[in-house]
Amino acid sequence: MKRGMIDFWVGLFAVAGAAALLFLALKVSSQSTLAVNQSYELVANFDNIGGLKVRAPIKSAGVVVGRVNAIELDPQRYVARVHMAMDARYQYSRDSSAEILTSGLLGEQYIGITPGADDKMLKSGDTFKITSSAIVLEQLISRFLFSKAEGGNKDSTEAGK
Amino acid sequence: MVNVLVNLFSRIGAPLTRGIVKLGFACRFFIAILRHSPVSLVRFRLTMREIWFAGVLSVLIIVVSGLFVGMVLALQGYETLVRFGASSSLGVLVALSLVRELGPVVGALLFASRAGSAITAEIGLMKATEQLAAMEMMAVNPVARVVAPRFWGGVISMPLLAAMFSAMGIFGGYLIGVQLLGLDEGSFWSQMQAAVDFRLDVMNGVIKSAFFGVAVSLIAVFEGYDAPPTAEGVSGATTRTVVTSALVILALDFVLTAFMFRGV
Repeated sequence: MKRGMIDFWVGLFAVAGAAALLFLALKVSSQSTLAVNQSYELVANFDNIGGLKVRAPIKSAGVVVGRVNAIELDPQRYVARVHMAMDARYQYSRDSSAEILTSGLLGEQYIGITPGADDKMLKSGDTFKITSSAIVLEQLISRFLFSKAEGGNKDSTEAGK
Repeated sequence: MVNVLVNLFSRIGAPLTRGIVKLGFACRFFIAILRHSPVSLVRFRLTMREIWFAGVLSVLIIVVSGLFVGMVLALQGYETLVRFGASSSLGVLVALSLVRELGPVVGALLFASRAGSAITAEIGLMKATEQLAAMEMMAVNPVARVVAPRFWGGVISMPLLAAMFSAMGIFGGYLIGVQLLGLDEGSFWSQMQAAVDFRLDVMNGVIKSAFFGVAVSLIAVFEGYDAPPTAEGVSGATTRTVVTSALVILALDFVLTAFMFRGV
């Protein structure tokens, strides 16, 4: 094997490897974590976060505008503090609300943001004033059963009269 | 009675101490390679030849295996996913399993059996025919001239080969999923792209394959250098390279996976 041929094949090999990596980077994967200089942090307190996970998406009108950075329990008030990294292109007014939603019936949970109408915008580190927690399926079912049972009792007492 | 006990202990102890001594020698050898690496990186033509030998000649087997592994993954995955009505996430299944695990691991196993065994046999034969001793006589350090370029050639080739394996596997999955089974092309790619994270999945796969490259190359050059200078010794060393590499790759894969993908 001549020197020039080895150089040629090794060069081709390097190009093919780089092309494979480029294919994996551009076509197969995406960057889901935002760069620090392109994001700002917002905080929201929830009574119950259900099954929300770190790296869960934050959506506004269905568009992904950020990711959950960290979740912790506030030891004073016993509420969950959710830190969110928001895309710096999107700003929200101070009376916007955050709620935990589920995509589909059994899908992953995400935070939905409903924008408000205030002139002043949320700055980095600010907290959402209005939040609503995740719906826990067990509580929903038990509430339904209790109301059904109460309704049933009422029916029977009415029948007794 | 005492003799029997002594015999027993020595029979258990001898392989153990031999193994520990060999491991110690391997560590010393690794440091020696690193110390003599600047020469092989400055005279890059030496390493270039080894990249050709270990990398370029392995491309065919890597590409063909990758294609078939991806195609089989798509067929098998479709079988299961279609039962849950989730056949559109076939792309996610194929891409994640290739990028995270199969690309680096199967790529490294193939690399160990294709290139690692060849490196061991080459160095072992050089030792058996006293070429290494002749080099030392001419004041040429065989570690710098023979071993280090082969080591770096393997280390550089491995991540590139693993990336090719993953890319070809995903292409194979695309061929089966979209062209043969008739899944929607748009959802195949977009779901894949939404689920696979570049830093967390692709880069961790590359880091894995770099670790495997170091492990396989080190085992290959070490076994060759350590081989008894006989025909039997070289053949034994070649076998040991493949077996040890396979075990080390799988054990290392477990440790790296536990570090990278725990929890989250």
